[in-house]
Amino acid sequence: MRAYIPAYELRIPGSLTEALALLAREPGVWQPFAGGTDLMVLLEAGKLSHKRFLNLSKLGDLQGIEVTSDSVIVGALTTYSEIQRHPLLQSEFPLLCAAARETGSIATQNRGTLGGNIANASPAADSPPALLVYDAEIELVSERGARWLRYQGFHTGYKKMQMASDELLRAIRLPRRAKSWKQYYRKVGTRKAQAISKVCLAGAALVEGGVIQDIRIALGSVAPIVLRAVKTENILRGTNITPPTIATAKDALTREITPIDDVRSTARYRLRVAQNLLEEFLLQLTK
Amino acid sequence: MVNGERKSVLAYPMARLLDVLREEMHLTGTKEGCGEGECGACAVLLNGAIVNSCLIPAVEADGTDIRTIEGIATGEQLHAVQSAFLECGGAQCGICTPGMVIAAVALLSRHAHPGDAEIREGLAGNLCRCTGYQKIFAAVVRACELNGETTPEKR
Repeated sequence: MRAYIPAYELRIPGSLTEALALLAREPGVWQPFAGGTDLMVLLEAGKLSHKRFLNLSKLGDLQGIEVTSDSVIVGALTTYSEIQRHPLLQSEFPLLCAAARETGSIATQNRGTLGGNIANASPAADSPPALLVYDAEIELVSERGARWLRYQGFHTGYKKMQMASDELLRAIRLPRRAKSWKQYYRKVGTRKAQAISKVCLAGAALVEGGVIQDIRIALGSVAPIVLRAVKTENILRGTNITPPTIATAKDALTREITPIDDVRSTARYRLRVAQNLLEEFLLQLTK
Repeated sequence: MVNGERKSVLAYPMARLLDVLREEMHLTGTKEGCGEGECGACAVLLNGAIVNSCLIPAVEADGTDIRTIEGIATGEQLHAVQSAFLECGGAQCGICTPGMVIAAVALLSRHAHPGDAEIREGLAGNLCRCTGYQKIFAAVVRACELNGETTPEKR
């Protein structure tokens, strides 16, 4: 059943101070509303139970991309289109650009935001695997002040995150890394465009003389949260990429992820495809 | 601004821009397909960028410049994309056509001469159940040619 529109409130604060004051005064009452590409879908389906929203569109503090010598700070309201267009993100953070390019259509990419993709907390979100691989940090702000935390560990369970009801996600920081890291991103969906992922894997590794010096692997849609495969990484660190290493790593990965059957795919398919993506990534490192 | 005219309507903040356009402004060229941002039938240009109007709350359209399918032609003069759709048979039942035309106009504003991959990517958010897409792709290519004929200075 369609939603009863007059029951919904959507307030547009003109400044961050005003927004944080409202969140502090009535914690839990106001839910942030960014690009709306998920919330408006729930609304039309009659599944948006929360009624009062804080529209973030006028908050300049949450916008823009800032480049410093050691990191890139991406405002939470940066859209997927803005991410793809940014020259430095293109050259140094291609996995994030790939994720942005594969999220929805261009119309969705013009509206959907990086902060929304994080705070919506879907385990099938496309950008979080890239953020985990890049050791991203996020900034949460409230009237009590600002705090930075590692993005890894921010999501603690299905749709659960370490964010208080008076806090807003302001920005995402990506530490700049040596360009010698090799990078991989692949999303598997039902069709090439517009699909929600069945499995998604992002990876990056520093390989010297055939030996993996350091490595990051993260996956979407295979657990209640987007997950970094730390145990698999540990097995791979310091090794040569050989058929036995690849087999060991694939085996380790199956014990680290917990895919389920749902409308988009089956646990069995996801497990197999996750292993195949890992193999594809590792083989690419040998080239 | 809607199609170059200043408009003022009263709407609930969370009303969908799609409904405001169709029901309050009687701009029924914009179609509702899926209502969940998957099909592109409700596409409009918002400050020049393509968006799905089913996913835009009315309050966010306040103060913006919106162009719907009704604002694509200049008076009786069709836009090159519209002429090309007619010429190439790019429309059958017509429900996806307004969104397709908007997507093609948006694409050509970014790339005056898109390649096949760019055309596919540019129209990937618009579903058509009739044409099989080939005639639509042909229409976009033809629109580039028509653009070239009328405005040779455009690359």
